[in-house]
Amino acid sequence: MTDAEFKRVLRDWETAAAKAAKEQRSRFPVTLVPGEKILYTHEDLKDFDPDRDLGVPGRYPFTRGPYENMYHGKLWTMRMFAGFGTARDTNQRFKYLLEHGQTGLSTAFDMPTLMGYDSDHARSKGEVGREGVAICTLQNMETLFGGIPLDQVSTSMTINCTASIALAMYLAVADEQKVPYSRLRGTMQNDMLKEYIAQKEWIFPPEPSMRVIVDMMEFCADHVPKFNTISISGYHIREAGSTSVQELAYTLKDGLTYVDYGIKRGIPVDKFAPRLSFFFNSHMNFFEEIAKFRAARRIWARHLKEHYGAKNPESWRLRFHTQTAGCSLSAQQPENNIVRTAIEALAAVLGGTQSLHTNSMDEALALPTEPAVKIALRTQQILAHECGLVDVIDPLAGSYFIEDLTNRMERECEAIFTSIDDMGGMVPAIERGYPQREIAKAASQFQRDLEEKRYIFVGVNDHVEKDEKPLPILKIDPRVERDQVAEVRKFKEKRDNGAAKRKLEAIVAAAKNNTNMMPPIIEAVKARATLGEICDVLRKEFGEWREPPIYW
Amino acid sequence: MKAKKPAKAVKAATTRGPRKIRVLVAKPGLDGHDRGAKVVAAALRDAGFEVIYTGLHQTCENIVNAALQEDVDAVCVSILSGAHMTILPEIHGLMKKKGMNDVLLCGGGIIPDDDAKELNGQGVGRLFGPGADTRDIIKYLNETIPKLRKR
Repeated sequence: MTDAEFKRVLRDWETAAAKAAKEQRSRFPVTLVPGEKILYTHEDLKDFDPDRDLGVPGRYPFTRGPYENMYHGKLWTMRMFAGFGTARDTNQRFKYLLEHGQTGLSTAFDMPTLMGYDSDHARSKGEVGREGVAICTLQNMETLFGGIPLDQVSTSMTINCTASIALAMYLAVADEQKVPYSRLRGTMQNDMLKEYIAQKEWIFPPEPSMRVIVDMMEFCADHVPKFNTISISGYHIREAGSTSVQELAYTLKDGLTYVDYGIKRGIPVDKFAPRLSFFFNSHMNFFEEIAKFRAARRIWARHLKEHYGAKNPESWRLRFHTQTAGCSLSAQQPENNIVRTAIEALAAVLGGTQSLHTNSMDEALALPTEPAVKIALRTQQILAHECGLVDVIDPLAGSYFIEDLTNRMERECEAIFTSIDDMGGMVPAIERGYPQREIAKAASQFQRDLEEKRYIFVGVNDHVEKDEKPLPILKIDPRVERDQVAEVRKFKEKRDNGAAKRKLEAIVAAAKNNTNMMPPIIEAVKARATLGEICDVLRKEFGEWREPPIYW
Repeated sequence: MKAKKPAKAVKAATTRGPRKIRVLVAKPGLDGHDRGAKVVAAALRDAGFEVIYTGLHQTCENIVNAALQEDVDAVCVSILSGAHMTILPEIHGLMKKKGMNDVLLCGGGIIPDDDAKELNGQGVGRLFGPGADTRDIIKYLNETIPKLRKR
């Protein structure tokens, strides 16, 4: 068929389809997929150049996957996020997971640890050990990894404004275990830009936060070469209500901003860029999520190679962790969440994720119970082993729809980059509240689409059931807070206060002199200064960030 | 983006009486989850309420002082950090101490049913969970606040 003939056939079909009956459909809110277009053909891929835009897996521009062999070389890591109560409670959970074959640990910290307060601080009241484990002393960190040889595991720590201190404590434990830093593997989340944008855990204003991050990048490039120093995160941006393309654009722009700051410090891009990793959300808009993951790799590779002139292919290679969308779960009929999570996990695998956390069905209600976590883990195992999903790499490549959507993602993302550049970059954009406001708008639009039933959320705005039987949920014992507070107080009483104070002064000196703060922070935690004390001296030095209370 | 027009009945109710309903939307503690608080604040504003948003990371004292200064009819607290059994009774106690008996304390977040019942028993108003419709929140405030004002 010639082009002209095909176009005629297509027009005929369009006329017939337009006349045929149509039902009102539920549409995912603020999607990039045009609502009126119901068929994709090669006409949509006129400028598509598979050599340029796809290539092969493990090669530039990495659209088809970061590694040559993908899941034939290694399945994705099934990395379930865990942390609750005291260091002892979480250490036991870690050992349980390791005994059952898990090799990667993923640590959830409690809110005081994440915000830089010791457990015995007035602001910590009611929050100790609730959303994760409380770690504010070297002793807590020793307990958390007690009996776990640090050269045998890879440890991911979801911690940001206090990441430098958590890393210092981890390194101090490695020293005690006589494990050289060069053998430590793991990831610090350490992504402050997305904190200002979405997760909202911070201490200092953006510029000093960037300085601490670059200190860590520099220190790890020299001394802890196998640690991923930042996990640049879209997860929280999406959870805060962003669209998929906002998630993609803000996250990649955050990543490029870290690259800018690293280069400004004088670290060669190929020395630190290979240790940057990413963390995305997988929501319910199935095809769009897959396109997002594929576009992410291509955009990152193009910028690193073409704009920054990175020479090492590992600098171009975007690797990412995925978590299924917590905000897509319903508190109503929670068993339905098992299905939602499976669909989102499927999109992550089709998008080529390196590791995956699947949410448990009860997470719209509380931290998950063990039986709920087990089903979530089993969901990943079923995807990995039962349905032929991993036999072929990037099996959706070449689909008219998927490739068009991937291209569309890239174009929209570049347009958002341009608006941010026009504001002077991501830090000034954050300071004037731009991404925060755009996300709040998208979140309100999502809510309106739900309430006006343009989007059907099963069990919430349709197919609702009255008098549901409640699920059993996890409760945190108030004893946790009492025990931890007592332990921290005892820790402070027993140490040499003068020594701790001198080491805290050394941190302030490094902060003032613009020398790398990591060595004095390591010295301070070894001298038993606490997380809250280190943050306090730096609060005085750098000031505290207050977000303007705008709801848009 | 165009804001949704409030339903007529809602609009009428909020403008009836001596003045518009004033609401403080508050984020206490260290919790940074502000999606829900912002969505609710925007919906209440669009429905004709006067909304004051505290911003993040407020202490209980800050919240109660702001409520007094702004002379609000309701304090709507959003908590997703699991600290509700500490924070809500503390805010409630401070409000009582300051004689704010005609001010409604209500809220939302991730609050298990059993905890919500216990808090309701202590005098805290309704606590809306995930999946709540903002129109139900508006209706609740419109029905509850005039009764408190009469006291």
